[in-house]
Amino acid sequence: MSLEDKLGLLTYKSDTQAHIHIVSPKPCIEICKDKPCTTACPADVYRWEGDKIIVSYENCIECGACRMVCPFDNIACHWPRGGFGVKYRFG
Amino acid sequence: MADEKVNCIVVGAGPAGVSAAITMARAGLSVVVLERGEYPGAKNVQGAILYTQMLHEIIPNFWKDPKAAIERPVTEQRLWVMSDDSAIQLGFKSDRWLKEPHNCYTIVRVPFDQWYAKKAEEAGATLVCGMTVSDVIRANGRIVGVKTHDGEQLLADCVIAADGVNSMVAQMAGLRKELRSDEVALGVKEILAMPREKIEDRFCLERGEGATNEMLGKVTQGMLGYAFLYTNKETLSLGIGCKLSDFQRTRVKPYELLEALKNHPIVRRLIAGSSSLEYSAHLIPEGGYHSMPPLYADGILIAGDAAQMINPTHREGSNLAMTAGKLAGETVIEAKRRGDFSARTLSLFRKKLEATYIIKDLEDHKDVEEKVQKIPELISVYPDLLCEAAYEYFTVDGLPKRDHQRRIIARIRRQRGMFQLLKDAFRLRKVI
Repeated sequence: MSLEDKLGLLTYKSDTQAHIHIVSPKPCIEICKDKPCTTACPADVYRWEGDKIIVSYENCIECGACRMVCPFDNIACHWPRGGFGVKYRFG
Repeated sequence: MADEKVNCIVVGAGPAGVSAAITMARAGLSVVVLERGEYPGAKNVQGAILYTQMLHEIIPNFWKDPKAAIERPVTEQRLWVMSDDSAIQLGFKSDRWLKEPHNCYTIVRVPFDQWYAKKAEEAGATLVCGMTVSDVIRANGRIVGVKTHDGEQLLADCVIAADGVNSMVAQMAGLRKELRSDEVALGVKEILAMPREKIEDRFCLERGEGATNEMLGKVTQGMLGYAFLYTNKETLSLGIGCKLSDFQRTRVKPYELLEALKNHPIVRRLIAGSSSLEYSAHLIPEGGYHSMPPLYADGILIAGDAAQMINPTHREGSNLAMTAGKLAGETVIEAKRRGDFSARTLSLFRKKLEATYIIKDLEDHKDVEEKVQKIPELISVYPDLLCEAAYEYFTVDGLPKRDHQRRIIARIRRQRGMFQLLKDAFRLRKVI
């Protein structure tokens, strides 16, 4: 079962406002070799494309891991506004 | 809501927050519970096993409530030590666990949290869902309320931060920093649909009984953690959690780890014929005693996951959260009686916790992870070694038993050494 299939099982109330921001593009491009956000995120929110990080915040399942794995404290991941984001049915 | 002031604002409608709210509302305090999900449980994930005693102390005989969202009382616990194609199984089954009060139940968190939050409302607390706290409000150096994402201000004598492992409220209040990746585990999980009878046949259960399975060894791909498979009424909960810093180090993708688990020959047979209903992920605070923040300050208390109240070696967390929530509630009741919500009065919370199993267990288990990590062979060598030894021991192939035994001993010598084995056992004697 692919991640797309797994995420496809979920219900989200999508916000047009992103709740995740890369603080500065510089550390990702210039210093960060391992890019742990691209492997540790359970929803593949962070994808490296060409020379920049694509953040698919609408797939986020709100675990909070990205903030802790970023070696440069470069991910500002807040909660979506109240009521928005993932809506687990089982949890 | 703007200019109203309540006795207590509880942030988070999980086990800790709801337990606190029930306790305070019953004593006549005005309580508002703020939940960021559209409904209680919308953001919550747990394995999940709920131990009975702690909830019984808050909702006596809750299992007799026909609406109580509990799944199956657990009568059997199994532990599997797994290599790539084999497993050693240890188990305990007892009819004594069928007697009320049961030791524990499997639960599914979303329906459970909805049921439990309703109990807080019935007790008189106000539940507001879809509300994210954006900051705390301070006056004269103490916390006096919270700001919500829509710009409203809500004032209270006291705030209880029960907003889970990421506790933004405790961070905003300056009581805690961001956790490090070696202080948390990342768990991924799927809920698998399976008919009631099939579950009971497959796990050797009589009607309504439940079983738990925890799995160690190769399934974690060299990371510190374990997998679990729990039986609910008509679903299975299958998940795996490992240290987040290990995910970082190994670059194993969490959902690929879960897929590999589902395809392990032992697990594959247990879940065959099921279909996936939901995928979820959550952090588990595992820093334990050493990572516990100060539990109180002027006008604020922290309880549950927000305060690292988890005993991972015994898969306990929601029960600690309930006890802590109840004690936080009692502390606020006492503070109101004294008319003093300063840190001095609220320090009573810590004293109350110290008198329970919570602080004692966390203290006793404070170095477990460190001890286990000092012996990486526990994950990399022992599971295979044990499975190979069992294979050798149980295989009948015409060789005399003594030759099989010699082979087992030779293998231990080669892979770890007899002296080292005894040393490892000695070092781990206090882990459980």
